[in-house]
Amino acid sequence: MLAALIIVFREVFEAGLIIGIVLAVTGAVPNRNRWIGGGVLAGALAACVVAVFTGALSQLFAGMGQELFNAAILGLAVIMLTWHNVWMAHHGRELAGEMRAVGQAVAEGTKPLLALAVVVGVAVLREGSEVALFLYGVAASDGGSALSLAVGGLIGLALGGGVCLLTYFGLMRIPPRALFATTTALITLLAAGMASQAVAFLERANLLTRLDTVAWDSGWLLSDKSIVGRTMHTLIGYTEQPTQMQLVVYAAVLLLTFMLVRMSGSQPAKRTIAARG
Amino acid sequence: MTMKTVAAVCAIATLALSPLAVSLAQAQEATEIQLTYSKGQFQPNELRASADKPITLRLKNLDAKAMEFESKSLRVEKVVAANSEGVINVRAQKPGRYEFYDDFNEKARGALVVQ
Repeated sequence: MLAALIIVFREVFEAGLIIGIVLAVTGAVPNRNRWIGGGVLAGALAACVVAVFTGALSQLFAGMGQELFNAAILGLAVIMLTWHNVWMAHHGRELAGEMRAVGQAVAEGTKPLLALAVVVGVAVLREGSEVALFLYGVAASDGGSALSLAVGGLIGLALGGGVCLLTYFGLMRIPPRALFATTTALITLLAAGMASQAVAFLERANLLTRLDTVAWDSGWLLSDKSIVGRTMHTLIGYTEQPTQMQLVVYAAVLLLTFMLVRMSGSQPAKRTIAARG
Repeated sequence: MTMKTVAAVCAIATLALSPLAVSLAQAQEATEIQLTYSKGQFQPNELRASADKPITLRLKNLDAKAMEFESKSLRVEKVVAANSEGVINVRAQKPGRYEFYDDFNEKARGALVVQ
């Protein structure tokens, strides 16, 4: 039971963190629960579909279907996160300042919600497909152990939900004025981390071989497998043995986001005021 | 700032990165190793390969459950569905002993010995 608990918790942990951040980012936006709930639901359904077709997916692209699929959905999430940051930099002031009609603001506000719903869906899909495969294997095996494993899995899932709530309420303790800047930074780091994970998948598929030398090994300092290592992996894309290409892409996403946000209008000071009024 | 500028920045960034990104794998001779996974065990559970050459592992999962081949030191992880085969690309490695395991069942362990 404990093994099942640990395996499921490990998988839902990352999704829990991401959903928690997205909930905090969208704190005051009307209808956000519907959008994020929709993202979770769609992600969970897609995870089941992916789990069923894992075998077939693997056979695509000379056995590298899984890797390319993961890289593609991570890439999609990076675009959505970056676009969200740019959109908020551009429109955040108008939205919060009620410079536009409320109705129009709400209508426009659904655009970044859609982007974040996609991000949530992708997170749930990636982690959920492994959980579904693992639990399916459990259900397929007979005997009394199946029940106890399923209970372990459910507790693991509940703990993942706990991580989500902790993240959300932790972020909500940040004063509203600082929250916008914090979440913008969090989203940017999240995007850079996901981009570098996508690079790792392309490297595993042998599609990306340039600069694939491991730049350093900081496993002695912070292991990927530790709970802090896992948290850092999700939040800032920490990995104990990054390749040079992962670092290049990481830096490029940070730089690009910084430039796009600067260019899309509002100054940092104005955006802070724009935060939540 | 106009959308044009934003688009220009995107284009420049993409152009700057493209020579790095577009690099298809060279046709390197990879050592191919076959192994199976059945009844929660790797067979064989000790593999051998020569150093400084890329390695391709072909893992047949004969069990009715999915498994996840994982190795921290080889920097690979791959889910292999029930009754199917997974291909795992491993970079050229220095001589040494590299442990691997099933992430869904940590009792299943093995090692790749690179000489």
